Amino acid sequence: MISLKKLGVLGLAAALSLSVAACSKGGGGQATTNSTAGASGPVELSMWTHNAGNKEELAAITSVVTDFNASQAKYQVKLQSFPQDSYNQSVTSAAAAKKLPCILDIDQPNVANWAWAGYLAPIEGLDDTLSKFLPSTVAKYDGKTYAYGYYDVSLVWVTRASILKKYGIRTPTIDQPWTQDEFMAAMKKVKDSGDYKFPADLATGWTGEWWPYGFSPQLQSFGGDLMSRPDYKSAQGVLNGDKAIAWANWFADMAKQGYMPKKSSSDPSQDFMNGKSAFLWNGSWTAVPTRKKFNDVVFAPPVDFGNGPKVGGGSWTWGASTNCSDPAGAAEYLKFAAADKYVAKVAQDTNNIPATDAAAAMVPAFAPGGENDVFRQYSKKFTVLRPETPGYPFIATEFEKAAKDILNGADPKTALDQAVSNIDSNQQQYVS
Amino acid sequence: MSTVTATAPVATTTRSSKKPRTSTSGGSGTAWAMLAPAGVLMLVFLIVPIVLTLSLAFTDARLISPTPAKFTGLTNFTRLFGSNVFWHSLQNTIVFAVVIVPLQSACALGLAVLVNAKVRGTNFFRTVYFLPVVTSMVVVSMLWLFMYQQDGLINSLLAQIGITGPDWIGDPNTALFAIILMSAWQAMGFHMVIWLSGLQTISADLYEAASLDGAGPWQQFVNVTWPGLKQTRTFILITITIAAFSLFTQINVMTQGGPLDSTSTLVFLAVRTGFQQQQTGYASAMSLVFFVLVLAVSLVQRHLTRDKELQR
Repeated sequence: MISLKKLGVLGLAAALSLSVAACSKGGGGQATTNSTAGASGPVELSMWTHNAGNKEELAAITSVVTDFNASQAKYQVKLQSFPQDSYNQSVTSAAAAKKLPCILDIDQPNVANWAWAGYLAPIEGLDDTLSKFLPSTVAKYDGKTYAYGYYDVSLVWVTRASILKKYGIRTPTIDQPWTQDEFMAAMKKVKDSGDYKFPADLATGWTGEWWPYGFSPQLQSFGGDLMSRPDYKSAQGVLNGDKAIAWANWFADMAKQGYMPKKSSSDPSQDFMNGKSAFLWNGSWTAVPTRKKFNDVVFAPPVDFGNGPKVGGGSWTWGASTNCSDPAGAAEYLKFAAADKYVAKVAQDTNNIPATDAAAAMVPAFAPGGENDVFRQYSKKFTVLRPETPGYPFIATEFEKAAKDILNGADPKTALDQAVSNIDSNQQQYVS
Repeated sequence: MSTVTATAPVATTTRSSKKPRTSTSGGSGTAWAMLAPAGVLMLVFLIVPIVLTLSLAFTDARLISPTPAKFTGLTNFTRLFGSNVFWHSLQNTIVFAVVIVPLQSACALGLAVLVNAKVRGTNFFRTVYFLPVVTSMVVVSMLWLFMYQQDGLINSLLAQIGITGPDWIGDPNTALFAIILMSAWQAMGFHMVIWLSGLQTISADLYEAASLDGAGPWQQFVNVTWPGLKQTRTFILITITIAAFSLFTQINVMTQGGPLDSTSTLVFLAVRTGFQQQQTGYASAMSLVFFVLVLAVSLVQRHLTRDKELQR
């Protein structure tokens, strides 16, 4: 009896320790087998997405998977969705355990980092298809394609025709965007009127990826950049050169003159719709709510600070992992899913810019002459991709810190020099 | 190196304390089995990470990398001690601890004395004061973020009495102070309960005797209450200090170390470096320095409190 009891206790303890170990390794993701070749029946390919909290996109992706599974009998794709907040962590821990799914979606700025780390396998044989995609939806590293996306978004200045008219500001066009002088004169005019505490809102209250995504386009429009391109060897002279300093001075000045808040609220679109700001720097995702609220919204192109208007590019993309036991299956899915009708479907359901011309033609709002066509034009004409280097996640954090410090009164030269020295020493490991 | 010598005695004491237990025959197997869950948890979540941190701190390990970590000697530490942000963070951490320990414990004691009074409705106030403790720190941080806004609740109240409040979180001069105030408010309920339990161990006879001797409330507090709270005091001092050193959540939610590093702390810096910047080795070096710091402070505190016991 006693030994039996002992055994039970020991067993319980063992089970507990096992489950503890499982928890610590799984990191939120269930350890699934990548692909199991059943003796009879199709090969199962696992697929991960970050869309668990994103109903529309998840439904669109699910329909692509369903179509693929019905189209052939050889493979069966099994979709598993994760909440976005823990998605990258799940992938990183799965990679450490060599349990990556066959197919997964990746935020474009992370592609180079993950490709360098050996998580991702290059996509081959799709060059023809992908040549029709917007360049910003095809993620490359070291000359190879690693992932493609269904859509992109664009950055715009959101304002209203009535506001432009009231203050006598020219309505900019894609061929004739505002110049720096024009823009600053408009800021001054609106500020002096006293109607707005802050004429512009640049969503400075957001943190993380928004900073490099939202503010490096202005830096690039001034003629600076985050890194030297295309070798990505150093940020020296690019992120701390005269042109970058000019950008930093402009950025700090916007806050100093009271043209924008140093830290705006967590919902800048709502503030714009409530009439708290006259100009909103934001993504094309604000189109739906702002149009609902105002019938005279203007989506103006980015300001030209000398080197042409720029917007950021790159959104969620799909690729295959190196852990897949049936790479041919993953390649077949990626080929199947790159069809124009799926690009159109996902882009339409998520209200984003379709990656191909043919797909855009299928979505009325994004077709030529459609109400959202303007975003596609901006994206096509002005996009500068965030540096496609494994060092990007590091660059992003350094840029965010430097930009925030500059906004809070740090000396631009010192702040940017510090960022450059940190970035360059981190970047060394990738260039060998 | 000091940590190696510091952890060694801990290991030997646990080993020596286990020996007599194994010698007692009979239920030792059951004892081991019952120890196992806690032991495994300690091993997996405490010992293993500490050992890993210790070894990773001397490598160039990365969170995501195709190449295995290489031994780099003291590179991480020379880089750390040459970093301005590190010294800023260390300074902020120390300032935070030095200010919040007396502030929070004194306020908590004040509350405890108040709710210990024999009047109606003390249970209500006990609950109210304890509410912030059971509220998630993230929620509390978000709420205070709104209150601290330039046109937020606090500045509106100040405006009523003719004071123009600062941009609490946005101004490098006030940001850390604002965080201290809010942190003390959030956690003081917990320490109020600890003080309260200490207060209730003091015999009512002592107060009665003191009042017969003609002692007023203040004299009673100084001569009866304060000496009676000796054990509680030590406990509160140590728990607040350790909690203060590991300041992270508020910073992460409210300021992300800004503006101009005025609220950056060691733990925040280590998390940012290790996860966002993917520099596991460098972050481990920070954690190691942090570990040594906390260990040193705890040892000093233990030494000080132990000395007083001996004097008695």
